[in-house]
Amino acid sequence: MYEIVAFYLFSALTIGLFSVTVMSSNLLYAMTSLAAGMVLISGFFFLLGADFLGAVQLIVYVGAVMALYSFAMMFFDATRDIKEKNTNDALVFLLGGMSALMLVLMFSAPIFSENVQALYPMTEGVGNAQDVGMVLFTKYLIPFEVAALMLLVAMISGIILAGKKMDSSLTEDMDADDEIMIVKDEK
Amino acid sequence: METTLVENLPEVTALGVIIKAIIILAVISALAGFGTYIERKVLAFMQRRLGPMHVGPFGLLQIAADGIKLFTKEDIVPQNANKLIFKIAPAITAATAFIALSSVPVFPDFTIPEMVFGVTIPLVGGVFVPSIASDINIGILFVLGMMAAGLYGPLLAGMSQANKWGIIGSARTAVQFLSYEVVTGLSILAPIMIVGSLSFVDFNNAQAGGIGSWLIWQQPVAFVLFLIAGFAETNRTPFDLLEHEAEVVSGYATEYSGMRWGMFFIGEYANMITVAIIASIVFLGGYDSSYELGWLMIILKISFFFFLMLWVRAAWPHVRPDQLMWLCWKVLMPIAVINIVVTGIVIMV
Repeated sequence: MYEIVAFYLFSALTIGLFSVTVMSSNLLYAMTSLAAGMVLISGFFFLLGADFLGAVQLIVYVGAVMALYSFAMMFFDATRDIKEKNTNDALVFLLGGMSALMLVLMFSAPIFSENVQALYPMTEGVGNAQDVGMVLFTKYLIPFEVAALMLLVAMISGIILAGKKMDSSLTEDMDADDEIMIVKDEK
Repeated sequence: METTLVENLPEVTALGVIIKAIIILAVISALAGFGTYIERKVLAFMQRRLGPMHVGPFGLLQIAADGIKLFTKEDIVPQNANKLIFKIAPAITAATAFIALSSVPVFPDFTIPEMVFGVTIPLVGGVFVPSIASDINIGILFVLGMMAAGLYGPLLAGMSQANKWGIIGSARTAVQFLSYEVVTGLSILAPIMIVGSLSFVDFNNAQAGGIGSWLIWQQPVAFVLFLIAGFAETNRTPFDLLEHEAEVVSGYATEYSGMRWGMFFIGEYANMITVAIIASIVFLGGYDSSYELGWLMIILKISFFFFLMLWVRAAWPHVRPDQLMWLCWKVLMPIAVINIVVTGIVIMV
């Protein structure tokens, strides 16, 4: 009973919040509803008994959306609405059509749900984290390693892009200041 | 899978959890008020001042005076602010702080007696109140995640208030969050590897053999790292960049007044208590439920950490944001990674 109420509550809130993310032209509303929606999704994991995944969802997306906020803060005035430019009608049509197709597939999914079986059911007497670990390091070892490799590549490229003048402070070092000024003048 | 603690204790009912939640809310909110008094007194002692003295004996009623002021002050919402977000932001800080407290052990288990002085207690008599409101298996992860979500309060507050100091405050929030979060997670990973569980109860039981079995002796580096990251997590002084008065007026809280500001404040103090509880349980042995004084011991440990935060505030200056980033990414994170590698090798060999 509690679970049904909680499920419908979380569903309604998540769908509502993500629609605000898509529809709103106010940056602050869009980002905040995105963050709140991401946090509420973890509620589904908790309802299904996957506590570990729920907490991971919470930690990962709280951090990720926070990073998104910092970019938004740099580029936009958060208190004003943004003028959106939707010029390409074909693209809108394509994306809209694909979303509609996706929606149809999702709603028709229960027809096939009887054929779906859990390949790796939860082991009794073992914690959530251990269960995830067992699957991750046996069946999904290669995707796991590939993901690790991609993160490593991203980290190295990040360091190379950002680390050219890492030893000198931009605010204290006059040489660095000059360099910025020259670049500005050339523009 | 749930309630690893409970073996021969009564069943946890929904009513018991609700009572527990009310107790946490009431006691921690009151402690936040009392905490300000303690903070002012301790700071005054360390700076050879008297602190609050005029209202009541030893200034004790200052709490009541401050409370009345907070509740009755005019609630101002700036004209150009994004009003909805501006109003929601303080609630995020306070709510997440209390949600985080829902899965740490606060006070021992107890059963409400059926009768007191011959008077039957209606409705709640005989209800068993658990020590952890929601004993989930991955307590530590959940608490850390919830405390991280709490930083959305300052972030949104700063961005919504149409004030340049606020924007700087929220930019610093993002910087601080992205810096310390890595250190918190990595530093607490080494004790988790040793104990092999994410549950606070398992941590407590793993250290049940007296002072010698505390994890701080096996993991001194992780303890220091977690403490430093904890200061950043609760915005305490060496890292209180978000609202450093001397630099950015009041940062994210510049435009707030009255109870909205008070909610930020309660959230900060609740977070301080949560960090103190985590540090006490993970590194300093936690509570000992086998005898009565065990719970007194954890309250003493929590009080020590609370005092430490005030002590550090009196003793150390602030750091700059770039110094914080340098510290977290270039010093603390490599040390934490090395600590994990060494711990892993020691466990495997």
